[in-house]
Amino acid sequence: MSQFLQVLLSGLATGAVYALVAIGFTLVWQAAQTVNFAQGEFVMVPAFFVLIGMHWLGLSFWISLLFGLVVSIVLLGLVFKKLIVEPILPHGGITLIIATMALGILLKESAKEFYGAEAQPFPALFPGDPINLFGAAVSLRDLLNLGISLGVVVLLTLFLNRTRTGRCMQATAQNPGVAEILGVDVKRMVLYTFLINAALAALASFLITPVYLAKFSNGETLGLIAFIAAIVGGFNQIRGALVGGLLIGVLDNLTATYVTAQYRAALPLVLLIAIILVRPQGLVGTSEGRAV
Amino acid sequence: MKRHRNRFSVDWEDKVGRSKNYSGLLLAALIALPVGSVSAQTANTVKLGMVGELSGAGAPSGTNWRDGARLAVTEVNAAGGILGKKVEMPEYDTQTDPQVSRALVQKAIDEGVVAIIGTVYSGSTLVNMLVAKQNSIPQFVGSEAPTIVERGNPFVYRTSSGAQKGVPALTPYFKDTLKAKKVGVAWVNNEFGRGGRNVFIAEMKKAGIDVIIDVPSEQAQTDYAADVAKLKSANPDAVFVYMNQEESARFLIEAKKQTLPMPLVGEVTLTEAKVIELAGPAAEGAIAHVGVTATATEVPGIAAFAKSFEETFKRKPTHDAIKGYVGVWSTKYVMDMVGKTDGEAFSKKMKGLCLKVADHPKILLDTCWDDRGEMSRPSFMVQVKGGSPVVIGAVPAN
Repeated sequence: MSQFLQVLLSGLATGAVYALVAIGFTLVWQAAQTVNFAQGEFVMVPAFFVLIGMHWLGLSFWISLLFGLVVSIVLLGLVFKKLIVEPILPHGGITLIIATMALGILLKESAKEFYGAEAQPFPALFPGDPINLFGAAVSLRDLLNLGISLGVVVLLTLFLNRTRTGRCMQATAQNPGVAEILGVDVKRMVLYTFLINAALAALASFLITPVYLAKFSNGETLGLIAFIAAIVGGFNQIRGALVGGLLIGVLDNLTATYVTAQYRAALPLVLLIAIILVRPQGLVGTSEGRAV
Repeated sequence: MKRHRNRFSVDWEDKVGRSKNYSGLLLAALIALPVGSVSAQTANTVKLGMVGELSGAGAPSGTNWRDGARLAVTEVNAAGGILGKKVEMPEYDTQTDPQVSRALVQKAIDEGVVAIIGTVYSGSTLVNMLVAKQNSIPQFVGSEAPTIVERGNPFVYRTSSGAQKGVPALTPYFKDTLKAKKVGVAWVNNEFGRGGRNVFIAEMKKAGIDVIIDVPSEQAQTDYAADVAKLKSANPDAVFVYMNQEESARFLIEAKKQTLPMPLVGEVTLTEAKVIELAGPAAEGAIAHVGVTATATEVPGIAAFAKSFEETFKRKPTHDAIKGYVGVWSTKYVMDMVGKTDGEAFSKKMKGLCLKVADHPKILLDTCWDDRGEMSRPSFMVQVKGGSPVVIGAVPAN
């Protein structure tokens, strides 16, 4: 029982971080009707901004986190939208998808060139002291990671549903033409979406890098799993990304513990195929009509 | 007239012919000029091809291997080079991809190297050593999978003992020091990990110790929660951890997070400087058998190497750095003994060769190679204490 609890909580903690990254996919999809295949690298890079703050600028860890967050929001939110999304989007979603793939490669290779190919240690945000929970030694860090991730998702959902700006963002996502007629500043709403995506990616980076270690290749797996999580949960729903992320995190750990460790990497793909066959819109997603 | 014409014709043909000859000579001279200068250049240099994992999952090993080799090349050149010629060492990045490593070994040989220094990852070495063998080029490798010296390749030589020699050195530690009755194994599912795991299980069987849990993991795996939970649940007396550096660090972090209570014992990598740097306090208490360690400063050669490496690269050397260093120096010693760069002669000399520190100080420890290229030399048991690996015992050569 204690082993099950241990594995379940670890899976939830990791899955919550997957969910943060998956929400990014959902947000960008809603704002620009495209898939950001550099999303994994968006999670890899902020950790290096923090390391630059600590090792190059001599800032303390917590100030470096703030520095990393601000730089991430500017570069991965504002600059990404202005320099890549805005000029390329009029040429079609596919073009933009390819551009994000190229951006992902650029970010990965830049991190390798600038900071080396070796993994770097990254300080933990919280102490790793274990606490006893129903007989299982559960890491306080895992619980806090889980709590923060879920808290952010709840706050984001409240922001989108309960505030005027949030509702304007939703209106923009649903129909930008009508939203503009109704007086919504569509460009600003889209910008907000990209800034929120960058902030979420930075948060995911700060939570997961102490365990994953800061390495240029971290985005590959993370981006893929989060993409699958977003599809499994429902690409057009934030709560879908949350469900998908948590589900993959938990199933991955349970499979590795009770079934097979060798094929754990295949599980998300099997899940993806099953969901696409049975419920193409995802577990909690909604069907979208396609204009032809 | 005819004769005159003929004479004229002959003269003309003679002149033209001579002119042609002059043109040919000129052309030959023009072609020969750069070739000659290249020949003169190659005649004064000896090229060693450093083929290593400079990026990808093996980068921590490969970059240290390269830096150790670089330091050795600098020292070898300061000591007069190889056969009195300056040593050059072009570097080739395998990206930790076996197929790329194979292509790069071929490229290095095409570019005129007389020996290959690398690779470190066993999966790569098993693929690329065939190329060096086909070209009769000596190859010093940092790989430790048993299979490397079991393929009858007379041109491949280790720079540290293989797992089939290193892992058995741990048996007395499990049996007599830890007095373990049941143990677990956590290993990375690649050529290196599989080789070590198989030898360990066979050794434990011989020693009458039960292996009650066997946990494989994938290369570049990031989440070890399930692996550690399984080990914790099985509750062995000790766990043998056999993974590459980054994986070892992530495993140790998770083990500390889940308060894994039993001793964690590894072979070589578990107490490497890079692992300690990455795992931080989580590495505290980890134990490993290491073929050679930069912390064995009671050995004068190792102390001098560690000092020089730290001054040059501003960081502590790892086990892989020492292996790269030994690889280059071994090449120099053996080529100087043979008196030429011929691979076949080199291979003959290596069979059963022993290099003593008294005569060859940069070999660091008295070292022998058997007929298969397997290495034998004294080794150490170390434990991480206060953030550094500390020697807790010596193991005689086996």
